[in-house]
Amino acid sequence: MTGSTSRKVREFADKLLAMDRLGAERMLNRSRVDHTPLQVVEHLIVPSLEELGRGWEKGTVALAQVYMGSRICEELVDLFLPPSSSERSSQPQMGIVLLDDYHALGKMIVYAALRASGYELHDYGRLTSSELVERVCADSLQIILISTLMLRSALQVKDVQTGLKVAGSPAKIIVGGAPFRFDPELWREVGADAMGVTAGDAVRAVEKTMKEVSP
Amino acid sequence: MTQQQTMSSMQRVLTSLSHKEPDRVPFFLLLSMHGAKELGLSIKDYFSKADYVVEGQLRMLNKYRHDCLYPFFYAPIEVEAFGGEVIYYEDGPPNSGASVIQKDSDIRVLNIPVVQDTACLSKVLTTISALKEKAGDETPIIAVAVSPFSLPVMQMGFSRYIELMYESPELFDHLMSINQEFCVSWANAQLQAGATAVCYFNPLASPTIISREMYLSRGFQTDKQTLARIKGPTATHLASGHCLPILDDLADTGTAAVGVSSLENLSKIKTACQGKLSIIGNLNGVEMRRWTPQQAVNKVKNAIATAAPGGGFILSDNHGEIPFQVGDDVLLAISEAVHQWGQYPLVQEVTP
Repeated sequence: MTGSTSRKVREFADKLLAMDRLGAERMLNRSRVDHTPLQVVEHLIVPSLEELGRGWEKGTVALAQVYMGSRICEELVDLFLPPSSSERSSQPQMGIVLLDDYHALGKMIVYAALRASGYELHDYGRLTSSELVERVCADSLQIILISTLMLRSALQVKDVQTGLKVAGSPAKIIVGGAPFRFDPELWREVGADAMGVTAGDAVRAVEKTMKEVSP
Repeated sequence: MTQQQTMSSMQRVLTSLSHKEPDRVPFFLLLSMHGAKELGLSIKDYFSKADYVVEGQLRMLNKYRHDCLYPFFYAPIEVEAFGGEVIYYEDGPPNSGASVIQKDSDIRVLNIPVVQDTACLSKVLTTISALKEKAGDETPIIAVAVSPFSLPVMQMGFSRYIELMYESPELFDHLMSINQEFCVSWANAQLQAGATAVCYFNPLASPTIISREMYLSRGFQTDKQTLARIKGPTATHLASGHCLPILDDLADTGTAAVGVSSLENLSKIKTACQGKLSIIGNLNGVEMRRWTPQQAVNKVKNAIATAAPGGGFILSDNHGEIPFQVGDDVLLAISEAVHQWGQYPLVQEVTP
């Protein structure tokens, strides 16, 4: 990243933190003069969301700011890269779910961040482990992102992993949520393929997994 | 070999909260659902009767030799009081279900529950009264009340509440005034029933969730006013959230202690709290599930060495409720470690 790019990223991230939607939109529109939509996403949106995520990990940015910032990004990106755009990356087939839990904020943040990063993915809402296995198989997903806040829900990822294996699904499991943050070994224990602490981690994990699953 | 204890749990806790060293480091095992295991009941059945919770708490006090009784049922009991749904699980804390506040305009017509007329809350009051009868003044009884600033997460969902806070200040203020009235009446009813202190559960205040600026503009005054109206001592618990950036603010609310996160530097917290706030924490309840007994001992020793000198410290988990999955062997190891290594004056192995 060049110096001027990183300055722009910091400036854009500051606008997200200040909930300056108009300012963020103006910056995006200026950026679009010389760049394709996906370039804007790659060079401005994704790094800015990563900046917010790093801030949250360090304790300098609050979760509410990450949520509002992700939401602004998703709304703005939808304006120039709508869901129907052929430029939106629809490979691999992905989904996101809240696993037998009622705390949806983390899932919403990651969903918004992935869509703002140019991906399209199924939003499964809230499902039990058996329901999730069925849906993943029915939709032939290659990646399923699972969000949980409760420890009991995190432990059920094991059931999902087992169910997918029995069903012969190749889907990779990426997990996130408080239990995984407080026990860094938990994602391995439940058989997930990757874990993310922030939405930026989720985007990177998807990129990495894409390389693994692409033909 | 442990020294003979000379103080009751009440004396021990009060001494530590006065920033003095008692006979031993006090510790709270904040066990709610584990009582169901003790009685061989499902979690739902366990919480269906006050008698069960009383029996569960007394058995656990005896078994783990810790320093409090904890008549906390489950967080969404307050939402249940507002008419909300509670979802029970076989292996975890009950959750709030469908939102009480389905649309923002519902806030204008929200009725404040009358504590004495609300069955689920009366059950808790009955539990507290029965525990008080058994415990007398020997063991602190720690009640729980969710702060007006944090309750809306269960009333309307996290994302919608954040949006309300940022985008609809007038409606937000109205919701705070309703929730403040409820919180004050609920906390005081529990104190009147025999609770010693109130754990003021306030995760939204943490800079993990809300920026300090937002907390000062939206939550601080509500907390200060609410805590001033609660007729007993309080401890503010941030449910695993960070606290360092707002410790002075929390002290300004009038609360006596703060529940702190395992993810934050306990030494820095101790320095920042010295003489102002007592610390409750900070064992990692999620990770605790897979601790060996030796790991439990090491964690307890580290926490004691860091935060116990000079008093002002109650060892506990960092969330305010130990997960159902944590086994008896770990809890017993924690207890043994505190009894062995927590005697004051602290031996060299547990001094900084």
